[in-house]
Amino acid sequence: MFKAFSQVVSKELKGAFRRQSDILNPIWFFIIVVTLFPLGIGTDPALLKRIAPGIIWVAALLAALLSFERLFKDDFIDGSLEQLMLTRYPLPWLVSAKVFAHWLLTGLPVLLVSPLLATFLALDVETYWALFLTLLIGTPILSLLGAIGVALTVGLRKGGILLSLIMLPLSIPILIFSTMAIDAAAYGQSYSGLLALLGAMLVASITLSPFAIAASLRVSVS
Amino acid sequence: MWKWLHPYAKPERSYQLAGKLLPWFTVLTIITFLVGSVWGLVFAPADYQQGDSFRIIYIHVPAAMMAMVAYSSMAIAAFIALVWQIRMAEMTVAATAPVGAVFTFIALFTGAAWGKPMWGAWWVWDARLTSELILLFVYLGIIALYNAFSDKVLAGRAASILTLVGVINLPIIHYSVVWWNTLHQGATISKFEKPSMAPEMLWPLIIMIVAFGAFLGTLTLMRFRNEILARENHRPWVTALISDINMKKLTGEK
Repeated sequence: MFKAFSQVVSKELKGAFRRQSDILNPIWFFIIVVTLFPLGIGTDPALLKRIAPGIIWVAALLAALLSFERLFKDDFIDGSLEQLMLTRYPLPWLVSAKVFAHWLLTGLPVLLVSPLLATFLALDVETYWALFLTLLIGTPILSLLGAIGVALTVGLRKGGILLSLIMLPLSIPILIFSTMAIDAAAYGQSYSGLLALLGAMLVASITLSPFAIAASLRVSVS
Repeated sequence: MWKWLHPYAKPERSYQLAGKLLPWFTVLTIITFLVGSVWGLVFAPADYQQGDSFRIIYIHVPAAMMAMVAYSSMAIAAFIALVWQIRMAEMTVAATAPVGAVFTFIALFTGAAWGKPMWGAWWVWDARLTSELILLFVYLGIIALYNAFSDKVLAGRAASILTLVGVINLPIIHYSVVWWNTLHQGATISKFEKPSMAPEMLWPLIIMIVAFGAFLGTLTLMRFRNEILARENHRPWVTALISDINMKKLTGEK
């Protein structure tokens, strides 16, 4: 069981490192989108600090959308997705491995570049920690929710725009709770309750969404 | 009960049952709509604070309630479709979604029209408005997903999965938005408490809720029958049905 999990993860990582632009492009996109806001609305540090949580989270959502395509698409086209479904391991287990690898390739880099963006948007250290923690808890939920959307649309020719229509409304709670937590941190209040809520959502999505992803894949590959 | 229910998993029997129920729902809709709207818009007393503009409640509240009822019924149908693999239930999901979306839109539109005189703005980022708007987005996502598949069997299954994912998410979305911001008045009618509304205002509202419920049923049944005919259009019974109708037209039932 665990060997199958780690094999799927390492296969995903190897594939990604052979085509590095797939990982790097969404990150560049993320950085560029965040850069556009100070250019668009002015460089007043107080204003930037006020809107930074929203900007960073919306940009992270959009960057995640860009990267979802490669989660199942290539495997669907070359048939390895069907092979994955034919193995003797349960499909929800294997897709959670794929989603985990996807998070390592897209969610983790977002965390790594977040200090840079925090300096761009004049965030202080306290607020930055709140941002870091919400991204740490929130991006895996995004990966899991997005994987449901990708699994539903992978068989369609123009799935990209449909994926965003399906996934963005469902990711609203994450956006709300994350930005609320960061705002609370900016005003020096305690935000552990909001982090706990995000954590509860993470636990719920880890337990439930692999089954939804597997069921959706069975619809798409048939 | 299974023995009694089982024949309705067949499209032909479902079609006939829906056809039998349709006139009842239609009549109920027309009667309750007439009674409820005339009572509510003409005879019910004006509100002491909001004046006559409160009367939009007779459209707004029923539409908002039925938007949620439509989603719940879709969720139940989607569950049945995925667990027991009953295709009629998938068709129910597909038939209900656009109706629910339109009811959500009506609720939003009347809410905006009510908000203008009361709050002084067409749109405020209030919790209930926002979650209703997100409900509309979820509906549109389901409809878009259903239309994207050319194979309608797969489309029904995919839409059912998305409906179930949505039903887990909607309460989370609702409460997240409630904690985020709130301006809307609390629920007027609740099952467990005494309604905070005068009875002469409440009765027309209840009748209008029944009317909208029957209207939802009517539209869903009509769409459900269409859906069956569209999907089964190569089956002998559909061909027979159509040639029957054509014969009636030819032999002078004009």
